[in-house]
Amino acid sequence: MSKLKQKEDFLSGTLGVTLMSVLLGFVLGGVILLVAGFNPLEAYWVILKGIFSRPKYVSYVIIYSTPLIITGLSVAFALRTGLFNIGAEGQYIMGAVAAAAAGYYLKLPMVLHVLTAVGLAVLVAAVWGGLAGYFKARFGVNEVISTIMLNWTALYISNFMVTIDSFGRQGTGKTYAIMSSAQIDILGQWKRTPEGIAFLREHPMLWDILKSPVNLGFIFALLLAVLVWYILSKTTLGYELRAVGHNPQAAEAGGINVKRSMVVSMLIAGGLAGAAGAFQVLGVSHRIATLAIMEGYGFDGIAVSLIGNNSGFGCVFAGLLFGALKYGGSKIQDVMGAPTEVINIMIGIIIFFTAMPKLIRMILAYKKKRKST
Amino acid sequence: MEALLKDIAFIIGTTLMYSTPLIYAAIGGVITERSGIINIGLEGMMYFGAFVGAAVAYFTGDPWLGFFCAGLAGALLGLLHAVATVSFSAEQIVSGIAINFLGVGLALFISRLVFDGATQTLTVPNKIPLPLDFLFGEGRLFASSGFMDLVFNRFATVYLAFALVFVVWFLLYKTRLGMRLRAVGEHPEAADSLGISVFRIRYGAVIASGFLAGLGGAAMSIAVVSRFNNTLISGHGFIALAAMIFGKWKPQGALLACLIFGGAKGLEIFMGAKGVPIPSSLLATLPYILTIIILVGWVGRSQPPASIGRIFDKGEQ
Repeated sequence: MSKLKQKEDFLSGTLGVTLMSVLLGFVLGGVILLVAGFNPLEAYWVILKGIFSRPKYVSYVIIYSTPLIITGLSVAFALRTGLFNIGAEGQYIMGAVAAAAAGYYLKLPMVLHVLTAVGLAVLVAAVWGGLAGYFKARFGVNEVISTIMLNWTALYISNFMVTIDSFGRQGTGKTYAIMSSAQIDILGQWKRTPEGIAFLREHPMLWDILKSPVNLGFIFALLLAVLVWYILSKTTLGYELRAVGHNPQAAEAGGINVKRSMVVSMLIAGGLAGAAGAFQVLGVSHRIATLAIMEGYGFDGIAVSLIGNNSGFGCVFAGLLFGALKYGGSKIQDVMGAPTEVINIMIGIIIFFTAMPKLIRMILAYKKKRKST
Repeated sequence: MEALLKDIAFIIGTTLMYSTPLIYAAIGGVITERSGIINIGLEGMMYFGAFVGAAVAYFTGDPWLGFFCAGLAGALLGLLHAVATVSFSAEQIVSGIAINFLGVGLALFISRLVFDGATQTLTVPNKIPLPLDFLFGEGRLFASSGFMDLVFNRFATVYLAFALVFVVWFLLYKTRLGMRLRAVGEHPEAADSLGISVFRIRYGAVIASGFLAGLGGAAMSIAVVSRFNNTLISGHGFIALAAMIFGKWKPQGALLACLIFGGAKGLEIFMGAKGVPIPSSLLATLPYILTIIILVGWVGRSQPPASIGRIFDKGEQ
């Protein structure tokens, strides 16, 4: 009996609501596929195979997830202080620009070059995020508007950078690749040498993995998740930031400097999103390119943060789920001709239900009632 | 003098063109947020509306039918948002973000099914008409491409947008319904105790805002341009959201904010066309930086409706 009780508590708790929402996302996504004339089971099988059937696929999922986890952490961090960081997108872009510039222009030894590039990216993006925090604290400007404006400003600054003669390769819409000393690819140089190719021929599994741009970004993402958890739950700073998020008036009365907290929170959130941009440049793209529209890493980060219940580890879980669906979902287009955007719909449904724990608990209660009668 | 007048007319014309889609979505935002529900899903509603509007206009050849269906498409997403936020006490921002994913997902999903796997529609046969077109041209009241032509020969959606701003203003401030809606947004418990149905008002407001945002999307896809594609809306819903906050949750304020934004956009295009020696990508930051400067310098603190985002649950009182 007590065991059963425990199970119920688990199901109606936050994690239960999230898992239930994910389940509903899959079920309703399946219904939509069915209505559109596709076999949902086949689609999910294609997606599942597209995620797990080759080592390369799994590493792609991890690569896709990495920036989403980190922008998710950025949004989550700000939300804990009661700030809605729609600006992760722009902060990500500024981080990517700074990392690409530092990786290309600076001549530094290996590890130092990476640290410098990431450091600069975090700094620039922190300032970009901090601006929104400062505008809010000093002038009362709603952070939602200022970050939306800063997103577009960042996008055009990035596009401007690509047009600079010494940085952008004329006519390609891309910048020159960063120095190899700034890259964080795993065995990136070695896998293209004759010895490397010879070795990899003997080890097909490793070879398959290395066909994707495997890099250290994911490890950094996990470290950042731990860092966010640590700052928020184990430090005085984190306590203050959360207090402000919980009840700014009470925090103020308790002697916490609310305005300072807003700026600090947005500085850290910005720095996190900037790190995401930096790892993407140093580990995957090695350059920046002209952006016609937003790439969506920041907006997807909002989804990751919400599905992950704004916690560090939740973001890792949600980021992996999102990355897997995005990568695996892209395959149903080729294999079945089914629109890959069903993934957007599924993500939407999942978020929709996580917004309504009340509904989920009602469904669970109803099921229980039916069972008992 | 003639040339200067024409330049001014050009800037006004582009201002109107860029502002119009934003105006629809922004006043939609005003209605829902005034009832106490945050609507961050404007982007998804515009996106879905833009697609449905262009698709219906393409298949039927009737732009007005497309325009109306775009509103319905937005309203459908509004209904979802209302179910979540009003009936099931959902976190309003979270539900709004979900609406954005759903709007984009549904538009592209259906587009791929209907338009042979493409994420864009084909060109519509008829765009929204220019109602005053008969006034301009050879032997008419005004010369073609003169000042009056550049400023006033605009799509019907432009005039409709201005009319709707007035209608929404009138509704909010001069009618009993509007007073109730604002009361619900400020203090739902008090409104409820006076016998106003918070539930019905909020449902109506959120669905109406979806309808307006959908119209805004179609004002883009079948008036400004003549087809929907996957980059058409990219961010306009968020700009409209910003305009609504910028305009301090008032229809006339939102209109002004949209015009300022569209004006900066017009200025940017004008300066680009005149060959001003600033790189075009830096010139493109003008509307955004200008908005921030205005916010920081003049507008400052904007106070949302008192009950915004707070869950109202009749049963739990």
